[in-house]
Amino acid sequence: MTVGATTFKQLHLQGVRREFDAFTALKGLDLTIERGEFIALLGPSGCGKTTALNCIAGLLPVSGGRIMLDDRRVDVLRPEERGFGMVFQNYALFPHMTVRKNIGFGLRMRGVPKPELEKRVDAALAAVRLESQAEKLPGQLSGGQQQRVAIARAIVVEPPLVLMDEPLSNLDAKLRLEMRQEIRRIHQSLGSTTIYVTHDQEEALSLADRIVVLRDGAIRQVGTPAELYALPAHLDVADFMGFRNRVNGELVGMEGEDALLNIEGTVIRGRMRAASASKAAVAAIRPDDLEPTGTDSGIPVRVEAVEYRGRGFHGVGVTASGTELHFASPYPLQRGAAVRLGADAGRVLVFGDAR
Amino acid sequence: MQKSIMSRLWVFAVWAVIGLFLINLMGLIASVVTSSFGTRWLGTWLPAGFTTRWYFAAWDEFQLGDVLWVTFQAVGAVVLLSGLLGVPAAYALARREFPAKRAVMLLLLLPLLVPPITYGIPLATVLYKAGLGGTLTGVILANLVPTVPFVVLVMIPFIEQIDPRTEAAARVFGANIFQMFVHVLVPMLMPGVLAALLLVLVRTIGMFELTFLVSGPGSQTLVVALYYAVFASGVRAVQSIDAMAVIYMVTTLVWLIVALRFVNPTQIVGRGKRPAA
Amino acid sequence: MSAVLEGRAEGPTLRQRLAARGIDGATLLVLPCVALILGLFIYPFLYGLMLSFEPKDGSLFGNYARFFGDPFLYGTIFKTLRLAFPVTLLNLLIAIPIAFRVRLMRRQRLLTTLLVLPITLGTVLVAEGMLFYFGPQGWFNRALMAAGLLSTPISVLNGYWGVFISLVLTGFPFTFLLTLSYVTGIDPSLENAAATLGAGPAARFREVFLPLLIPGLAITFCLSFVQAYSVLPSAVLVGDPAGATRVISIAAYQAAFEEYDYSMASAIAMIMGAVQLLVVVAVLGCRSLFYRGPAAGAKG
Ligand SMILES: Nc1ncnc2c1ncn2[C@@H]1O[C@H](COP(=O)(O)OP(=O)(O)OP(=O)(O)O)[C@@H](O)[C@H]1O
Ligand SMILES: [Mg+2]
Repeated sequence: MTVGATTFKQLHLQGVRREFDAFTALKGLDLTIERGEFIALLGPSGCGKTTALNCIAGLLPVSGGRIMLDDRRVDVLRPEERGFGMVFQNYALFPHMTVRKNIGFGLRMRGVPKPELEKRVDAALAAVRLESQAEKLPGQLSGGQQQRVAIARAIVVEPPLVLMDEPLSNLDAKLRLEMRQEIRRIHQSLGSTTIYVTHDQEEALSLADRIVVLRDGAIRQVGTPAELYALPAHLDVADFMGFRNRVNGELVGMEGEDALLNIEGTVIRGRMRAASASKAAVAAIRPDDLEPTGTDSGIPVRVEAVEYRGRGFHGVGVTASGTELHFASPYPLQRGAAVRLGADAGRVLVFGDAR
Repeated sequence: MQKSIMSRLWVFAVWAVIGLFLINLMGLIASVVTSSFGTRWLGTWLPAGFTTRWYFAAWDEFQLGDVLWVTFQAVGAVVLLSGLLGVPAAYALARREFPAKRAVMLLLLLPLLVPPITYGIPLATVLYKAGLGGTLTGVILANLVPTVPFVVLVMIPFIEQIDPRTEAAARVFGANIFQMFVHVLVPMLMPGVLAALLLVLVRTIGMFELTFLVSGPGSQTLVVALYYAVFASGVRAVQSIDAMAVIYMVTTLVWLIVALRFVNPTQIVGRGKRPAA
Repeated sequence: MSAVLEGRAEGPTLRQRLAARGIDGATLLVLPCVALILGLFIYPFLYGLMLSFEPKDGSLFGNYARFFGDPFLYGTIFKTLRLAFPVTLLNLLIAIPIAFRVRLMRRQRLLTTLLVLPITLGTVLVAEGMLFYFGPQGWFNRALMAAGLLSTPISVLNGYWGVFISLVLTGFPFTFLLTLSYVTGIDPSLENAAATLGAGPAARFREVFLPLLIPGLAITFCLSFVQAYSVLPSAVLVGDPAGATRVISIAAYQAAFEEYDYSMASAIAMIMGAVQLLVVVAVLGCRSLFYRGPAAGAKG
């Protein structure tokens, strides 16, 4: 049945496009994934993550471009011929089969002999900690348990490529952490390749070898978690990576790598991340990196609110023009106090308007 | 996507069956329509000439004016009463768990699972005993037997899919059951009620067996009159019977098309959820 | 309100106790409907049952003895089943693949409307049309002869096949409509899931669709069977009402309205109902061997 690879070196997406009538959901994705990689597909709701996954799985025909496993073309194969595993966003468990039957389905389809099938299903049940629920029907399980059945069903066939569509979105915080480690562990022990869709940046950062940030059907940036965290290439990506403060300013010059940006009369230094055609630019700074300077330099703000955050304080200030800035402070501040805020040049990202 | 020969053949076979069905169906309907407009039609593809006179002939010969009026009254009353009786019952069955619920459901299923002729004969006997046989009232009562359960069974899923919290909210804000029904439920149920009632309408116009068994000379509906006309053919010109058949077809067809504008035919039984997936 | 206020500390009021068992104002709404069915369905049925035990000859089982003693009468059961069973099965077998095809189509409405059209025609009009269309000079025979497929007209009318065709034409739309709604009620992501796990089209149908459809198909079979089972008008108009298509409803009708023997007519009606219910119980009994629950992919 399986014509697709049982193993491969590289998965290539070459200009993969998908249109729904007049609407283009994927605008030509180019991506190469190495065998054994854990890739997180990150992006806001509606950006095309599920569409991309469905195209790779073969559930949606592509409108253009190619999907290659090494030098074999797979976008012409039917889903059952590709031999990938998939965890669906809404689980899609078979309601008429018990948990055990659900998990064993893929093995049955591959004609695995009964004793081996039972053994592997038991192992998968143990991996997702559902041994005691094996004989129940999906309708009798909680949301989190159903999600784990869906994961077990996808991994039990040991597919070369596992596609997961927000598999942890319905779990409580503690179980989510546990399952996260479990997914990572399973990924490593199987040596499989995983594409993992999520809109939770923390999940993506902690799980993935590389993160692909998607926005409006196009790839915005691909990189390791560390790269993306420190140096997002685009304002949208920065937004996703926790750069909560965005301040408009005017470029006044360059000093080596550093850009000088005039923000409401104060000049600050930052790393230039995207070129600008005009002088207008935006500085993006994480709240944790913005602190009161205690000197005459920095952006003047009036403190609006201060919250205790355990290790320090989190403040909200407003500049003269009304822009809100979130910042960290090692000491408490009075509401209404005037302070000046500044950050290391390496922690300030400057994005030009040439998007 | 490449497709195997087998799956191509299979798709072709399915379309062939659909085509065969539709061609014969259309041929059948067209035969009747052509005949009703034809002058003389013997052993040729088409009649010798075309005319509308059979319609006038049929109108007079079969007293279609009276028959249509009776049909209208009977169908109108059946639709109204099935709605009034069926919708509240469906509400209770959809929303409440009570001890005899399974028995009530079975009771409502029975008239749909037993052929109309089977209960029509004893029902006609009882109605004749009660002096209602052959009257319009008798025809209406007999037709209610299958339509009320039909409305209930169609409406239950419609009601179940409405979030009970909306009703709870209405009750919390001080509406009693009746007010809640009128102000909250009925507007939300309107599409479902319309759909169910339009189907009742089509079914009742076409309901032959029960009306046939219960009706008398003055209470025949169109379909029964048509049956008698065909059964006793030879007495009247074939073409005027066909004209009557066309009139009958148009009366139901109009309503079916109206019905299909309001409902997706696939939602008649199930809830027809189709996630965008 | 007052009933609630009167509730003493000792325990809940009668109204509260009833409400706890699910009986309140809303529950009473079923009563008119139940009364109607009791009065117009159950009572006549019981009345007919009593009447059937009061035959003209005065003995208790006279009618039944006569029915099962006369091949002209008991033969009608088999003649009816010989029509109703194959017709229902054929309709269901055509409806399933067509429903699966229509499910995939974007613009289903036009095709569905066309396929459902015969519902409006009713048995009488279809019979009338068949007399023309399938007649020796009708378009059907003319077209086949013009195409060289036939040398002399074939006659399907006035016999088993005439009634068979008329039942397929009138019964198919209903069967199709029910099947389609059950088929579209199945969450499409289940099929996707099965496909990614390596199940081909045939395996997907066998392992996922069929088990989920069986309950619905059983109900569809029963409801369609009821329609095919009471074939009075077409059996008379396009069949051979004295021979091959002398179905049980003709026997009942003749007893009631030609012989005016209501007792015998009731007996035949009871036998008819019993046979029908037997079939329904058998089919639904088989159904309970299968999964019955929502056909969506559990909650999501
Ligand atoms: N069948 C369809 N027809 C038309 N448009 C569609 C269809 N499926 C998806 N879309 C559109 O394509 C875009 C991408 O959808 P997709 O489901 O891939 O989003 P997503 O990134 O998975 O979002 P989420 O995080 O909310 O699951 C959306 O704008 C959606 O409206
Ligand atoms: Mg999605």
